[in-house]
Amino acid sequence: MTDFLMPALGADMTTGELVQWHVKPGDTVRRGAVVAVVETHKGAIDVEVFLDGVIDELAPLHVPLPVGARLARVRAPGQAGAEGAGQVAAEGAGAAAAVRRPPVSAASPAVPVAGPAATRIDALRRKASPAARRRARELQVALDTLAGTGAGGAIRLADVERAHHGLGDVAAGASEGVAAEGASVERAAAATAAGPITAPAEPAAKAPAFDPGAMRLAIGNAMARSKREIPHYYLSEPVPMRRALDWLRAHNEAVPVNQRLLPAALLLKAVARALLAVPGLNGHHVDGAFKPAAAVHAGVAIRLRGGGLIAPALHDAQDQPLPQLMAALASLVQRARSGGLRSSELTDPTVTVTALGEQGATAVFGVIHPPQVALVGFGRVQERAWVDEGRVLAMPVVEASLSADHRASDGLTGSAFLAELCAQLQQPETL
Amino acid sequence: MTTDIPATPNARPLTADALRAGVLAALREVAPELDSAQLAPDRPLRRQVDLDSMDWLRVILGWHERFGVDIPEADYGQLVSVDAVVGYLAGRLRPEPARPVVT
Repeated sequence: MTDFLMPALGADMTTGELVQWHVKPGDTVRRGAVVAVVETHKGAIDVEVFLDGVIDELAPLHVPLPVGARLARVRAPGQAGAEGAGQVAAEGAGAAAAVRRPPVSAASPAVPVAGPAATRIDALRRKASPAARRRARELQVALDTLAGTGAGGAIRLADVERAHHGLGDVAAGASEGVAAEGASVERAAAATAAGPITAPAEPAAKAPAFDPGAMRLAIGNAMARSKREIPHYYLSEPVPMRRALDWLRAHNEAVPVNQRLLPAALLLKAVARALLAVPGLNGHHVDGAFKPAAAVHAGVAIRLRGGGLIAPALHDAQDQPLPQLMAALASLVQRARSGGLRSSELTDPTVTVTALGEQGATAVFGVIHPPQVALVGFGRVQERAWVDEGRVLAMPVVEASLSADHRASDGLTGSAFLAELCAQLQQPETL
Repeated sequence: MTTDIPATPNARPLTADALRAGVLAALREVAPELDSAQLAPDRPLRRQVDLDSMDWLRVILGWHERFGVDIPEADYGQLVSVDAVVGYLAGRLRPEPARPVVT
């Protein structure tokens, strides 16, 4: 038995709500299958399961659940239905594997995922005084981390205050950076969820409709956290785009309209290639260390109609031929705006790429999306005076920028990346 | 000469009104929040409708599929307003019988 957990669909997600199950208890599921729909502030996301087996004990719909909460259990093929005595101990380890450990997770690292999710759900039902519950929410203290001193182990206001004052030490001692913040986000998630779950007398939470305000708040929280924790450095390089745009124009004249490429496809492919040429930019900073990724799952920043931003992964951007990459990009944009993003697309990005496009400013210096360690930005392509072999030309130029995490790389590496990116874009026919 | 625009023999003739309606319908498919009544047909389109390059490509594709007209990238610059798009498409439809609207 393995727990199938609420994934962290981005660093800015703390809770989600099941709105649909595509399976019923006892169904056989296969790795990668979409089994449920979870509503988040980013809209409805198709959640994939990451192992083969028989699914059971489905969590109820329309209840806000914190990241890491159990959505279901999956029994591996051939595994007995009845649980052996020794099995419970093994579940904690299995839980991590059930949902592919979300690398983007604010919530999954080290500290809070100590116990099986079930423990936390039970804890959310713990008795606590209303004052304690309210204060826990304010202080972002999870009730399940507390020892209650009230009647029947109920948590009192004093317990929350005491825990809060001790927390600084706990967080600092636990691990640095992202992991420690993960703990506090998780606490916030649990504290938020504690209200509706523990107090059925309160009105049931409505299914969240898309709310630009909520999304703005979530983005703000994630970015504030990024700025607090990540020692950013910034570089930029003007990239001549004559060759790339000429190549693109010739290509687009020769193909039907539905096979036209956008400059963004070229930029993404060039970024992916260049990222693999230098160390320290593609991957995640987790548990106090940089873990490089072998493939570039480019989180493409997509602006949503009505406000907000989402950066789902374009998987394996380094290997995709341009037509395929363009189709994947079009699909990603469309699904980001009208629904149908998959959970893996929100948990997998190893880097973020933002291209402001024709209506944008000339340069962008982005905020890194933790636990990623880099963000590549492109401004609007504009004609500039360009000196080439002693002559001044009119040249279409795009300002390429890199925001990177100093814990994983330095300016020399970043400069090498931008130089490689520029070189890639001078030979568009090889992309 | 009427405002009717030649269409395929089997299809109903495409009037200027129908053409304009089709232009707007394709826009709405990409920008569902679009309120046609608020859209000034003689003012710059992309400033009013908030279309990024991916949106614009989808709009172009929508017009292409609706009207069977090829719209080369080199012509994008002519498509500044709804009026301009209607005029452009009418011009492309007129010289020869239009291909079927469905694709």
